[in-house]
Amino acid sequence: MQIDWQLFGDSLWPIVLGGLSSTIPLSLASFAIGLAIALVMALMRLSRNPVVSFLARAYISVIRGTPLLVQLFVIFYGLPSIGLTLNPWPSAIIAFSLNVGGYAAEVIRAAILSVPKGQWEAGYTIGMSRTTTLRRVILPQAARVSVPPLSNTFISLVKDTSLASLILVTELFRRAQEIAAFSQEFMLIYIEAAMVYWVLCLVLSAGQTRLERRFDRYVAH
Amino acid sequence: MSHTDHGNARPLLRATDLQKSFGEHQVLKSIDLLIGKGQVLALIGPSGSGKTTVLRCLNGLEIPDGGEVAFDGGPAVAFAPGTTQKQAQVLRTRSAMVFQNYNLFPHMTVLENVIEGPVQVQRRKRAEAIAEAESLLARVGLAEKRDAYPHQLSGGQQQRVGIVRALALKPSLLLFDEPTSALDPELVGDVLKVIKELADEDWTMVLVTHELAFAREVADEVVFMDQGVVVERGHPEVVLRNPRNERTKQFVHRLLNPF
Repeated sequence: MQIDWQLFGDSLWPIVLGGLSSTIPLSLASFAIGLAIALVMALMRLSRNPVVSFLARAYISVIRGTPLLVQLFVIFYGLPSIGLTLNPWPSAIIAFSLNVGGYAAEVIRAAILSVPKGQWEAGYTIGMSRTTTLRRVILPQAARVSVPPLSNTFISLVKDTSLASLILVTELFRRAQEIAAFSQEFMLIYIEAAMVYWVLCLVLSAGQTRLERRFDRYVAH
Repeated sequence: MSHTDHGNARPLLRATDLQKSFGEHQVLKSIDLLIGKGQVLALIGPSGSGKTTVLRCLNGLEIPDGGEVAFDGGPAVAFAPGTTQKQAQVLRTRSAMVFQNYNLFPHMTVLENVIEGPVQVQRRKRAEAIAEAESLLARVGLAEKRDAYPHQLSGGQQQRVGIVRALALKPSLLLFDEPTSALDPELVGDVLKVIKELADEDWTMVLVTHELAFAREVADEVVFMDQGVVVERGHPEVVLRNPRNERTKQFVHRLLNPF
């Protein structure tokens, strides 16, 4: 096979641009919103109120028990039939946020539970309420424990955003598909797209390592 | 001897008929305590006797099934099934606790641990809280550790920070839950020395301890508990040297003569 380096070079920027203008913002926005959902779900799941806890359980179960692609299709192609039409971008952000919310909720719940009970009590005895103890004492410690699993979730999300191409979001992979269809160089272009994803994830892994190191300050080795 | 006569002191705390069960097991049967201002009360007894549970009821960490706890000048908190954490929280503003396992906040420096309560809960000025924290740390010989994280300290140092964190709240009552039980033997002395100084300064304290010699030295009253009831109480010289009750005798004898 003859490698068309000219095409490789010419298509690199459009593909990277797809990443910069769509994949990365889509991932960041969905992850941020998803974490907020996850925190709420984790706290609801830990609630002593059985109804509240059940609602969170049900949410997590549905999100984890159905394919992300199906979730995307329900929101983008399904909702219009009940009168709710959303553009590709909002559809994608909603679907990915809800998805991250379901997965990260369990991570955050486990991280909260991993903080010793004595830490709650220490917070209470210096006069803190439950909420203040959670915010000042428990979550900062849970955050450290969550970094590796949440990084996993984030890296999965970055790659999963390629599914948004199927609901007409012009992101990295959609660009690659367009170029491939036009040039008929499927192997070259898709491998190129894969490489761009890979580099993106390498950068994220490096970020994870830095974050872990920052948190390690206060842990015995 | 540091015993002072607190017999006529104004009562600071009164606990009446405290009862607590965990499942089927009744841990506290009916406990009454009266602690005068400036008094040091030592709770002793075998493990499982309920002494730590009593201590935890005094600041609402454990919500009793019945009875009440009242601080001088504050509302009595009466416990019944259904008492909320919020009501129990009322008790906590009056006391501060030192834990067996220190329970320092590992993600905060020594200084941050100490000023957390004053700044975040009591809303005092940060600069003022820092100045006070520094002088308290200097007092227990840890001035130069202010920016260290707890894991960088020895157990004895961590416990002294635990005591400083409690003092920084300016509570009217200090609660100690076996403060030296988790320490290596050679580190116990430093911590006991600090507690002794506090007793001499007329802090009001309730101390759950296995250090009988120490209890004899600092306590104004010793309360011996077994199986959820107070078996004997009185002046340390009496309870620890010439106990009247057979169970107290055995317990004291066993602790003083382990072999």
